Amino acid sequence: MAKVLTAKKACTVNPLKMSQPIGGALAFLGIQGSMPLLHGSQGCTSFGLVLFVRHFREAIPMQTTAMSEVATVLGGMENVEKAVVNIANRARPEIIGICSTGVTETKGDDVEGFLKLIRARHPELNHIALVYVSTPDFQGAFQDGWAKAVDRMVEALVEPPSVGAQRTRRINVLPGCHLTPGDLEELRDIMENFGLEPLFLPDLSGSLDGHIPEEFTPTTLGGTSLAGIRGMGSALGTIAIGEQMRGAAISLENRTGVPYALFDRLTGLAPNDELMAHLSRVSGMPVPSKYRRQRSQLVDAMLDGHFYFGGKKIAIGAEPDLLWSVASCLTEMGSHVTAAVTTTASPVLERVPAAEVLIGDLEDLESRAADADLLVTNSHGRQAAERLDIPFYRLGLPTFDRLGAAHLVTVGYRGTRNLIFDIGNLFLGDTHEPSPDTWRHVEPAPDQLVQLSGGV
Amino acid sequence: MSNPSNKIQSVFNEPGCNRNHGKAEKERKKGCTKQLQPGAAAGGCAFDGAKIALQPITDVAHLVHGPIACEGNSWDGRGSKSSGPLLYRTGFTTDIDERDIVFGGEKHLYQAIKEIVEKYNPPAVFVYQTCVPAMIGDDIEVVCRAAARKFGKPVIPVNSPGFVGSKNLGNKLAGEALLDHVIGTEEPEYTTPYDINIIGEYNLSGELWQVKPLLDALGIRILACLSGDARYHEVARSHRARAAMMVCSKAMINIARKMEERYAIPFFEGSFYGVSDMSESLRGIAKLLVMRGAPEELAGRTEALIAREEARAWERLEPYKPRLRGKRVLLYTGGVKSWSVVSALQEVGLEISGTSVKKSTQEDKQRIKEIMGDDAHMFDDLPPREMYKLLKEARADIMLSGGRTQFVALKAKMPWLDINQERHHAYAGYEGMVDLVHEIDQSLHNPIWEQVRRPAPWEAGAEDTARMTQAA
Repeated sequence: MAKVLTAKKACTVNPLKMSQPIGGALAFLGIQGSMPLLHGSQGCTSFGLVLFVRHFREAIPMQTTAMSEVATVLGGMENVEKAVVNIANRARPEIIGICSTGVTETKGDDVEGFLKLIRARHPELNHIALVYVSTPDFQGAFQDGWAKAVDRMVEALVEPPSVGAQRTRRINVLPGCHLTPGDLEELRDIMENFGLEPLFLPDLSGSLDGHIPEEFTPTTLGGTSLAGIRGMGSALGTIAIGEQMRGAAISLENRTGVPYALFDRLTGLAPNDELMAHLSRVSGMPVPSKYRRQRSQLVDAMLDGHFYFGGKKIAIGAEPDLLWSVASCLTEMGSHVTAAVTTTASPVLERVPAAEVLIGDLEDLESRAADADLLVTNSHGRQAAERLDIPFYRLGLPTFDRLGAAHLVTVGYRGTRNLIFDIGNLFLGDTHEPSPDTWRHVEPAPDQLVQLSGGV
Repeated sequence: MSNPSNKIQSVFNEPGCNRNHGKAEKERKKGCTKQLQPGAAAGGCAFDGAKIALQPITDVAHLVHGPIACEGNSWDGRGSKSSGPLLYRTGFTTDIDERDIVFGGEKHLYQAIKEIVEKYNPPAVFVYQTCVPAMIGDDIEVVCRAAARKFGKPVIPVNSPGFVGSKNLGNKLAGEALLDHVIGTEEPEYTTPYDINIIGEYNLSGELWQVKPLLDALGIRILACLSGDARYHEVARSHRARAAMMVCSKAMINIARKMEERYAIPFFEGSFYGVSDMSESLRGIAKLLVMRGAPEELAGRTEALIAREEARAWERLEPYKPRLRGKRVLLYTGGVKSWSVVSALQEVGLEISGTSVKKSTQEDKQRIKEIMGDDAHMFDDLPPREMYKLLKEARADIMLSGGRTQFVALKAKMPWLDINQERHHAYAGYEGMVDLVHEIDQSLHNPIWEQVRRPAPWEAGAEDTARMTQAA
């Protein structure tokens, strides 16, 4: 449907895009006992870390190989080795997830080769999983880094299933990075109510849901366990959420024979009907009454809310899967997506219900949102929303100027219902009171004019 | 192609830095920053430091030449305030891709500068070098020169790619960019005997505005602040100031010293944090101005203002004393903030249970000893695990630190206050000191602490709590 364009500017203004390595790092943050390590200058890590701290309002374990200018030129073997050894000694992680950056990719460091050498030199580190993913800053975007890291984890960690090990209730879930810890919690709840045992890879709802640990740990606390990942081959099925997870789902199927189903979104009535039907089929259980009730509540919310959504013009800036998800849902409520800006290429983009999808920045979004009724993007849209003087719904990472970003739920019947209420309330709060001149389109007679202007 | 390493050597060899004097030649060459430990490093890079130092110049476009990470992951994150222009909050980057890496990014950069000039027409464009274009040999100085000639406005190269070192080094390289390309390039419309520069003040949360009214009251004009709430032309004309105050330890000492050398502008180092430090800073400014020919009576007026303001501050702080007496503060912050805040907090009866001296100079440490006594608990590095333990065991009542360690305190269910650059409150001057104490008081006495430390009903010890609540 949509024409996909790429901005033809030399200067990106007010970036919407974030870089691949930190997308990869976030995926590793969803693993238990993990330490993400960016192979680059220390600033690469520092910026990502601060970004996540501001969004999640949590301590973020993330390290750097601290490449200096000289080390960059000579190659980073020594730095990667030192970093792995230091992290092993200081943080005692179960897994170190290594992402390359622009600096080390430009130099062409062979990190896979480094890791082989490190393995040979340090048998004492054998108990620590080392997963490397190539994520140059100058390619793709955050979402791509996340997808690649999950794919690499599947390839590096999942073991081929042993015969007869199938776990009849286990289901793998591969969530895209557009889902919040709150979303994962909601999905876990739904699947458990079908009697299934979901295993999320990665699982930010375990590590970045804002819980209070008993003890301080320098690594992630909570998240997918390594044992869980290794045993993914024994599940009865895989559910991938978001087009970005197709690659990882296929890898998993190829490795283990576990079949996957891909849900390109879980916001809206129809996709959740499909999810319910799928879960019912997989589990052999009827849809629990709880969700029959929730569906009815969502339908009611759509009825109550459609008055305020109908005909509204909406400008959205989001990564492809989030854009697809929210644009579809708002269009299904009667609104029109009049401006859509995203960060990277994806097969979903041409299906986005808009005339055009632009791979661009927030300057592009702002200029296309001049007559929009609502702006939807991450917190970086706050300056644009102020200048445009229109309501602003914060969605996506980073959300640094509001509380509870990790707990925003927009999946499932209930999440969709909440999204409709939240955005509907923004429209309700932005109604304009009519005046006697609101509908005047013809000039009043001259003597009337005197009266109207206060009778001078 | 220009070589930043000579520049870095010269920055490390800072004669104005007392700490540097005490070093042997060889040690001095190694620079003042510790070698970074892979896998155990924290903190920003040199690019980060340069951006922090210059971004507060509000009316220029700050263009980052690099892949999306450098600007895309970090923009709109700093709390430096502006009294007018907002262009400094717009994120500009060349967002280079593989084609640039193969063919070079210089044309792309030039084109980006052109777009900015056409669309935003700022008084100047600052171009920040980053690691990847530095590696492939993009010469930003040549591009900036060409663009400046073509567009008829200053295009300033800031040669501080992340991998040359730490944030602190980046601060200094940013200073070098101003010295080489901006300061002294324009003349002010008029000068007065009361013109000063403030160096190393970034107007975070508007802190400059907690100080400026006092200077206004004395008739002292801030010719330029480097760089909080600054305008490009102010910085360009700053060489005509009569005197300068250098804030924030050694971050921009190179600017202060070189402006003294080149333009005979005397400077002193001062702090706006704490009642007595603020007063000393006002005295210092007045003294230097009088020395440079301002009427003697300025000193008298300054003393009168100080007396009035101190009395007012103490009067406003008085109610907090009984509430804060004996409460223990753990300070975890860099550089100058440690000793100036230490004395300030002691003024209201708080006890300092420990302070970090990681980024402090020998001189700083000496001052901490003078203020806190010999038993001062100073630590170079406090690993998060230790910090958590210390707080959990309640060896402090509140921690004051930066955002990085915020959650160590909060997860230990201990009060915490942000005193770093991302903070949302302004703590400078007499007003700021009252605000800081007010915030500490608010935090310490918030009713949540008692609630969040209560065991859950299913935990040991919960029964007693439940019974007690019932009885009450």
